Amino acid sequence: MSKFRMHLLVCGGTGCRASESNLIVESLRRELEEKGLGNEVQVIMTGCFGFCEKGPVVKVMPDNTFYVQVKPEDAALIVAEHVIKGRPVQRLLYVDPRSKEHISDSKHMGFYRKQLRIALRNCGFINPENIDEYIARDGYAALGKCLSELSPSEVIDTIKKSGLRGRGGAGFPTGLKWDIASKNQAGQKYVVCNADEGDPGAFMDRSVLEGDPHSVLEAMAICGYSIGATKGLIYIRAEYPLAIQRLKVAIAQAREYGLLGNSIFGTGFSFDIDLRYGAGAFVCGEETALIHSMEGMRGEPTNKPPFPAESGFMGKPTNVNNVETYASIPVIINKGWEWFSSIGTEKSKGTKVFALAGKINNVGLIEVPMGTTLREIIFEIGGGIKNGKKFKAVQTGGPSGGCLTEKHLDIPIDFDNLVAAGSMMGSGGMIVMDEDDCMVSIAKYFLEFTVEESCGKCAPCRIGNKRIHELLEHITKGNGTMADLDRLKNMSYVIKDTALCGLGQTSPNPVLSTMTNFWDEYIAHVTEKRCPAGSCRDLMKYSIDVDKCVGCTACARGCPVNAISGERKGPHFIDQDKCINCGACFEKCKFGAVLIN
Amino acid sequence: MEKLKSLADLKKIREDARVKLDLRVKGDNPEGLVQVKVAMATCGIASGAKPIMDFFVDELDKRGIGAVVTQTGCMGYCYAEPTVEVQLPGQEPVVYGFVDRKRADEIIEKYIKNGELVEGIIPVNYEKID
Repeated sequence: MSKFRMHLLVCGGTGCRASESNLIVESLRRELEEKGLGNEVQVIMTGCFGFCEKGPVVKVMPDNTFYVQVKPEDAALIVAEHVIKGRPVQRLLYVDPRSKEHISDSKHMGFYRKQLRIALRNCGFINPENIDEYIARDGYAALGKCLSELSPSEVIDTIKKSGLRGRGGAGFPTGLKWDIASKNQAGQKYVVCNADEGDPGAFMDRSVLEGDPHSVLEAMAICGYSIGATKGLIYIRAEYPLAIQRLKVAIAQAREYGLLGNSIFGTGFSFDIDLRYGAGAFVCGEETALIHSMEGMRGEPTNKPPFPAESGFMGKPTNVNNVETYASIPVIINKGWEWFSSIGTEKSKGTKVFALAGKINNVGLIEVPMGTTLREIIFEIGGGIKNGKKFKAVQTGGPSGGCLTEKHLDIPIDFDNLVAAGSMMGSGGMIVMDEDDCMVSIAKYFLEFTVEESCGKCAPCRIGNKRIHELLEHITKGNGTMADLDRLKNMSYVIKDTALCGLGQTSPNPVLSTMTNFWDEYIAHVTEKRCPAGSCRDLMKYSIDVDKCVGCTACARGCPVNAISGERKGPHFIDQDKCINCGACFEKCKFGAVLIN
Repeated sequence: MEKLKSLADLKKIREDARVKLDLRVKGDNPEGLVQVKVAMATCGIASGAKPIMDFFVDELDKRGIGAVVTQTGCMGYCYAEPTVEVQLPGQEPVVYGFVDRKRADEIIEKYIKNGELVEGIIPVNYEKID
């Protein structure tokens, strides 16, 4: 046959590779060779499909069959049944959790139906290590168009009119940022890509770099052309080895084709890109700290102004954008700003990638138009809450954001609406919580993170966050007072107002938003010494219902501190002074006689 | 790899690369394309469905027809294998039986190109639940 009749796309994102997807590729290739189908069916390792919950994922084209949780040993079955006999392997199909039906075509999965993939357009579709596949998808055409048809100011104008705003967190208009950098004159300017993704639970930048690295390279070159820079730097954390490797391959291929280097397309415009590795400090996602880290100094922020666009890397005008922002640029150039600005809400155009995590059925990466509601994301795309539990809250914006509740579910999500609701877009992490999550503990968890990650330069962040964390610790242990709650609130506002950089200015947000939305939980912890969600261990009290207790002694034997006493076949009792609230008795009791309050 | 010196060079690479990606692009947007399904169960394969499928894959491509060729399991017409289901855009699928190279060629030339029905149609007398 002159052409492959079938393509088997295997997810090669970090998540699926951790579940041996590279072995799946090997086994599929071996099986196909053995059956003499090596030149009929092609096996391709792609980037992330987004449906990480059920990885590793294998997609069969052209029939769009979507296999989930595939193991290397399933390769033989896929080849024998699907490839040779045309029968999809039922066992490996996705089962809709509600209808219990096997769904073979990914187009019919609730997870994909509402998505619109712009930044993720090539993830899970092309082989990220093959520049030709990117070019086949109009890759580098946008760069060609800019260099041959548009002046730098026309490019900036296009980006401005598209309404694209920075996807890294604050949502600053990208075109305006480029404009400022272009107007500052200097012998050398820099284009920097911020790939220091640090929010807990967010992995969109990693997935874009792993699945479609060329889209970022192309956009950086476009940016270089429009602001007058010839040098690009990608600041990426060293803990993303696969993304780094794919970037290296991509940069090497782009250089070989002359798409990076001197006089691109013979136009006289030169641009090249290098990598800079970060050690994984959260604060280095802040652009001034990032620049200092790249310069070889401590990753600490400095006051703005001067903004990087005036004085950035090595004191030169520098444009810093996030990975997802860059990934959207080539499409805007190719399809026009009119197309892009027709998607989304009035002030937030285009799409946004969200990383769904926490107590949600479909953990994964999704991209939806701005203006999609939380309800659509959590209940339709995300498939609802795990184990049929009740939705309680969702934290957007990572440790800098806030939690949103039931009453916010129908707000169209965009930069401004999220801020108005007391949270923020951030980089797009969404951590979903259910009825078993204690909101005071959630706030404590995020504060623990910011205390760890504070660079220590300014006092409000270094000392204030530590104090807030201590107060929260106090409250979850049952030692809090009403005065502590006041102190908590006051200190949060002071830190917000006085911290040096974005990290400190937003770090109290989880506290303030949980206090606003779940004030009664704070009160219960303080006045009743009770955790309504039943998750704060120190506030739990175990007792035995004497009517239900049959005296089997299982609890007493399981108790690590011998706090339970009682005669065999007689009722047992827990000595509260000795009890350490470990819950062993609760698990041991087969008669439901151990009670928690 | 040679360096690209102009947009024309990029275009050439794009066109060559598109051919290789074509199958995925079509599979992603099958609406508006001709869909050919070859029954490839044991009965189909034994009756020579494999070369027929290869024929469709190669010839549709050579003749420049935008089509998606896939396989299905046994359609139940074991007496008439190889069987091929053809669905033109926006139309009900039609199943052809006893498809050999000659009939496959006819299906492409007459039915797929012009919508003319060809001999060998198996009347569909069942209902599908979706």
